[in-house]
Amino acid sequence: MNDHDAPIHEKNSHEFPIHETLGDSLAQQGISRRAFLKFCTAMASLMALPPGTATAIAEALVKAKRPSVIWLSFQECTGCTESLTRSYSPTLENMIFNMISLDYHHTLQAASGYGAEKSREDAMKNFFGKYLLVVDGSIPMNNGGVYSTIAGRTNLDLLHEVAKGAAAIIAVGTCASFGGIPNAKPNPTGAVAVSDIIKDKPIINISGCPPIPAVITGVLAHYLTFGGLPELDDLGRPKSFYGETIHDRCYRRPFYDQGKFAKTFDDEGARNGWCLFELGCKGPVTHNACATTKWNGGTSFPIESGHGCLGCSEPHFWDAGSFYSALSMPASPLKYVAGAAVAGAAAGVAVSIGNRIKKGTAKSAHQKATIEDLEK
Amino acid sequence: MTASLDKGISVLKEMIDAPIASYFSSCVHCGLCAEACLFYTETGDPKYTPIHKLEPLRRVYKQEYTLLGRIGKMLGLSKPVSDAELEEWKPLVYDSCTMCGRCSLVCPVGNDIVYMVRKLREGMAISGHAPEGLIGASTRAVEIGSPMGVKLPAVQAQMRHVKADTGIDIPLDAVGAEYMVLMSSMEIINFPEYLGAIAKIMKQAGKSWTLCSEAFEATNSGIQIGVSDIAKVLVQRIVDGAERLKVKTVISPECGHAYTALRWEGPNLVGQPYPFEVLHILEVLDGFRTQGLLKTQGFEEARLTFHDPCQLVRRGGVFDQPRNLLKMVAKDFVEMDDTGKMNWCCGGGGGVSAIEEAVPLRLEAFKVKKTQLEKTGAKTLVTACANCRIVIEEGMEHYKMSIPVVGVTETLAKHLVEGE
Amino acid sequence: MDADLFLTWVRSTGLNIAIGIFVLGTLWRLVEIYSLGRKRDLAVPRHRSGASGLHTMFRRSVPPPGMFKRSATSYVAGYVFHIGLFIIVFLFAQHIKLLQELTGLSWPGLPTQFIDATAVVTLATMLLVLAERINKPVKRFLSTFGDYAGWALTFLPVLTGYLASRHLLLPYTAMLALHILSVELLLAFLPFTKLIHVFTLWGSRWYNGNANGHKGVPV
Repeated sequence: MNDHDAPIHEKNSHEFPIHETLGDSLAQQGISRRAFLKFCTAMASLMALPPGTATAIAEALVKAKRPSVIWLSFQECTGCTESLTRSYSPTLENMIFNMISLDYHHTLQAASGYGAEKSREDAMKNFFGKYLLVVDGSIPMNNGGVYSTIAGRTNLDLLHEVAKGAAAIIAVGTCASFGGIPNAKPNPTGAVAVSDIIKDKPIINISGCPPIPAVITGVLAHYLTFGGLPELDDLGRPKSFYGETIHDRCYRRPFYDQGKFAKTFDDEGARNGWCLFELGCKGPVTHNACATTKWNGGTSFPIESGHGCLGCSEPHFWDAGSFYSALSMPASPLKYVAGAAVAGAAAGVAVSIGNRIKKGTAKSAHQKATIEDLEK
Repeated sequence: MTASLDKGISVLKEMIDAPIASYFSSCVHCGLCAEACLFYTETGDPKYTPIHKLEPLRRVYKQEYTLLGRIGKMLGLSKPVSDAELEEWKPLVYDSCTMCGRCSLVCPVGNDIVYMVRKLREGMAISGHAPEGLIGASTRAVEIGSPMGVKLPAVQAQMRHVKADTGIDIPLDAVGAEYMVLMSSMEIINFPEYLGAIAKIMKQAGKSWTLCSEAFEATNSGIQIGVSDIAKVLVQRIVDGAERLKVKTVISPECGHAYTALRWEGPNLVGQPYPFEVLHILEVLDGFRTQGLLKTQGFEEARLTFHDPCQLVRRGGVFDQPRNLLKMVAKDFVEMDDTGKMNWCCGGGGGVSAIEEAVPLRLEAFKVKKTQLEKTGAKTLVTACANCRIVIEEGMEHYKMSIPVVGVTETLAKHLVEGE
Repeated sequence: MDADLFLTWVRSTGLNIAIGIFVLGTLWRLVEIYSLGRKRDLAVPRHRSGASGLHTMFRRSVPPPGMFKRSATSYVAGYVFHIGLFIIVFLFAQHIKLLQELTGLSWPGLPTQFIDATAVVTLATMLLVLAERINKPVKRFLSTFGDYAGWALTFLPVLTGYLASRHLLLPYTAMLALHILSVELLLAFLPFTKLIHVFTLWGSRWYNGNANGHKGVPV
């Protein structure tokens, strides 16, 4: 994270659209400084920043101007928004709405019809080059993108238009990040990720189906505090959350190392909480923070509740074979075996017929050798 | 003057079978066969690695009988086996292989390497790449009746000597005798004591036996040079002789490869099982022993050891018989290291002793036998193969050792209880 | 192509192709080899050769008298890496799971730590075997490109498998994909290299044992 050294205040003060400061907004809602500091500490630890940073974050955030955010929902299920808004503890994740000025969001905005579109257009005009674009859902490309339209315009068209003036794009959820379920085979709509279309803007992928709410909050906090994107992995995901696999941090890992595996969901091993690898857990190939931040206010995560990881934060997780066959398990390895066996036997028989003819010819060509035949 | 590469390759194509295909496919180039071959262990030269000696055969197999090899040959990726290559391999296939079969016993994937050497020699000989010494021996065997040019009168002279020494008449062409005795030319010329010993033992055992005027020679240059058609001619003489004399059993003499030729290859050469039984003289004598027909007195005082002829033991399955017999007359019998089926060859088997140009290498390879012998501290070496005997004598002479080498049969005959 | 897509490919299409080639190639080669036939031995056997072919199939796994001393490294290293490969392939829980999926048969595996240790020993031994091949005159003399390729085809699956299970060098996903890919290469090339000896050595030993058993020689 190179942004550490940069002077926080300077960077922040003019880089974001001015509504009001975050401090004002917090005060209006009666959120105490103590609660806010707690939030900042949590954010700092989530993002793996040094402990002292929390105060710096708090200072930076309080003075930060709330940026304008335009949230576009394309081919999606609203699960990402649900994840964010229905989180068990409102104090942490809801902070996001205090940090930003959400100027356009289908599900959450009061306005509708032309009024709704107008607020988007206003935000784009007033904060051109400064607003943040959040996208959830994938973009259909087949047949001119007719499979998903908003106000009569295709998602593709809208994305191009709104992306033009965005300071950065945050792709929330696996659909926006990698194409997600709409992109699963046979992908009838030709769904693609934001990064497949927009090449000239910084894009941060917060994958997951849905993504962990605290991750969205954390990325926003980082953006507000440091004024830039956090360090990303090769798939454009923030390393602080996606740097390790579920398996790396899984509390059931010791059982894996001991070779103790649950074989069915109701056997002795399952009751003893053994590793779910053989039941199809994709933890070893899935990069996400579920095993550490957990869900529902830190209550649990899928593996803790007895089900293997589906690998939802990885590209093409839907196409990677059954959720219930172990990672070492190929999808249908014996697909060509019957054909190959027939072809192999046929090849062998063909060669052997040729060989027999050749050997027979050599035998019938045999002239009885005598001692005269030994000298050249 | 008709040997040609085409005929040689064609013969190899006839010879290649499933075992050979399996062997070449299995080889992992581990080199353990080298450790079993006296030509490698005594020279340290990797070219004497047994499996390497088969390279021309492997290439013919691959190019002719595998799809990938055929494609490779068609595309010009692999060159066909040439006369020059076969000539280069001549010293490997003949001079430095006694067909002792030790490599076949150690190969971890189970390759019967000597089986393949035997087959490769067929192609080598017919394409004109056999050593002069073996061509000469084969010529004499076919034309004169014996590889050393021995004729019937020489045998008859031996018969007269035996009569003079022992007073026993040697039966010749006795129809209906139980046993027909064969000899190797080496025994006729160099070791006349064999015939006398047989006469005494047969007399004591009370068995009827005979020599055959048309088939007294047991050796078979055909299987050494690797020409089955010639080997068949030589075996057929014995078969015809035995059938004419209506004998029950044909006795292969104290000679290794004669036993292989007659006992194991013969029926396959003539194309059908024999109407008589073939036994090695040691098997016959051991049979007499168990029937109580062999009575001896006195013991050899000197320490004795036994050299297992490869074709008799490792390639023939005669292991216990010489030991049973020697223990009747030996007070101090010791085994060499690597005895029985693991015994080291004398260095002159498989026709090597007939190859002039192979003499220096053969004497080099003899070091292994020398070491084995010296370790036993034996004062007399007993064996059961006239060829081993002469090769060992030559080797010992070269290394200035003086241990007498004798045959099992004559050693026994020396101790027969007289006058019974 | 990202690691997950790569993994998905090697686990589905790649594996299908590799197993296909393996089955096709192996059957073709075995039919090609054993259909050449052999002549019946007309010589009267010393005793019926009976099970001597079978005996040799097992007996030949033990060094013949005197041979161990002459080439101890070859034997020890040979044993260690073959047994090591057997343990890793057939007694590692994840592999058993795979084989169970394919064959329906299952058996208990060994603890991961034991498999890890076996992998390390196997890798070290295979390096030793390679060093021997390069340094010993006979082995070097006999060696062809196929010998080194066969070594690499065997070594890589063990190496990548170890790195993947220990999460070393590359992210697990990528390493697992490489591991499976290396196994696929091994499967696809096995029938056409000296590695076919896993099948043919049994035939070779049987022929040798049977032919010599005919003469009464236990080889």
